[in-house]
Amino acid sequence: MAALLVAAGLAGIMEPLAAAQQAPPAPPAPPARFVVVLDAAHGGDDTGGRLTSGQYEKNATLALSVRLRSLLGARGMQVITTREADQSVEMAKRAEVANHADAQACISLHVAETGSGVHLFASSLTPAVPSHFAPWKTAQAGWVTRSLALAGVLNSALQHGGLTVTLGRTALPGVDSMTCPAVAIEIAPQRDADRKITAEPDDTDYQALVANTLAAALLEWRTEARQP
Amino acid sequence: MIPRHQTILLGVLVLASLVMGVALWQLRDRAHQRLVAGEDSAPTKAPEVAPAEQATLMVANDDDNSLLGQVHSLPLPSDPGSRARAILGRLLDIYAAANAAHPVPGGATSVAQVFLLPVLESDSGKAVAGTSAPGGSGPSNSGGGNSGAARDSGPELAVVNLTSSFVSTHPSGLETETLTVLSICGTLHANLPRVTQVRFLVDGQSRATLAGHADLTRTYLTSDAAPPELTHP
Repeated sequence: MAALLVAAGLAGIMEPLAAAQQAPPAPPAPPARFVVVLDAAHGGDDTGGRLTSGQYEKNATLALSVRLRSLLGARGMQVITTREADQSVEMAKRAEVANHADAQACISLHVAETGSGVHLFASSLTPAVPSHFAPWKTAQAGWVTRSLALAGVLNSALQHGGLTVTLGRTALPGVDSMTCPAVAIEIAPQRDADRKITAEPDDTDYQALVANTLAAALLEWRTEARQP
Repeated sequence: MIPRHQTILLGVLVLASLVMGVALWQLRDRAHQRLVAGEDSAPTKAPEVAPAEQATLMVANDDDNSLLGQVHSLPLPSDPGSRARAILGRLLDIYAAANAAHPVPGGATSVAQVFLLPVLESDSGKAVAGTSAPGGSGPSNSGGGNSGAARDSGPELAVVNLTSSFVSTHPSGLETETLTVLSICGTLHANLPRVTQVRFLVDGQSRATLAGHADLTRTYLTSDAAPPELTHP
């Protein structure tokens, strides 16, 4: 009787094991979601600065955002933009979009006539421990460390791409409310050693160079983010 | 034929008109002079009678996104508010000069007032600004000379009131606006070490950004802009 019971128990254990061996292998886990938020600054009534070419900053940032979106999409990243047309978007709304996206990188795009090369800015807020209930105007404080790391990756890639880069910290409404690694990028004219302008910030080739370099840098950032 | 008395009357009237015209012209000139003199009665430059002193200006450079300490000699009044205004005036004069490394039009008249207020430490340890402190007096500005006991020892908040003409002509851009704000904060701290925080107003009102980018609604910490070795005691 006891032998029968043991045999029945063993059979109960072995059946699922055998079934598992016969079942087809489980499909590989889907790749982790990697979201990038692109925030083309200004828009609508808010024209931003005016470039030498006569173009407004809002148009140059939108062109750069569209170009970068395509490049990132081609690299398998999910891209969310704060605006797709010449429309006014409140600063708070931009941060709202970024925060709902749960993004791994938030990039605020700017264009200016002053300075030279590419200016990278992280928030000047004092780093803090991330919390679920952060004050709206300083929500970025919990992410500043990651934002600085992202700025470092972008800086390295842009310099390798032969571009002049300056790093800084700033207080930028919108970015200071984002709960993601956030960097503001400002494209200024490209200048030679004599400070003469060789490419305006709305120059198509110059923007393409910057956008390609940023896309490559974000790909590297994704790889870093996935490493345990 | 015009009667003689009417000719005389006409002559007198013409003469009176001419005299009144000249008088009116002179009155108009005097009124214009008064208007021009009263347009900006506040001193735009430090009085020349004040002794020249050295001041450290944190001068911005757009090319490398840097602030460089430069020592300048200029007459400085004794009142801290007026002193701060005179120093910032010199800084903005540098930016308004031709071929400036950080070109911003406006010059010394762009700073309307600088108010210095004591900073109160709340129970939570967070620094907040108050208009008075126990044992202290009210705020000091470029037009007044009062100073409080609390201000003599504790940290201070500087409220810089910029003119709208300066803000409307400031170049738009993240770097240039950030440098302007940081150079003002750094210059204040370098010369008035008790100034640890800075807030900005434009024509006495709060404003969202300087020229579309740099946040003017927040309180800036001067320690972020001025290295300790450049701070004057």
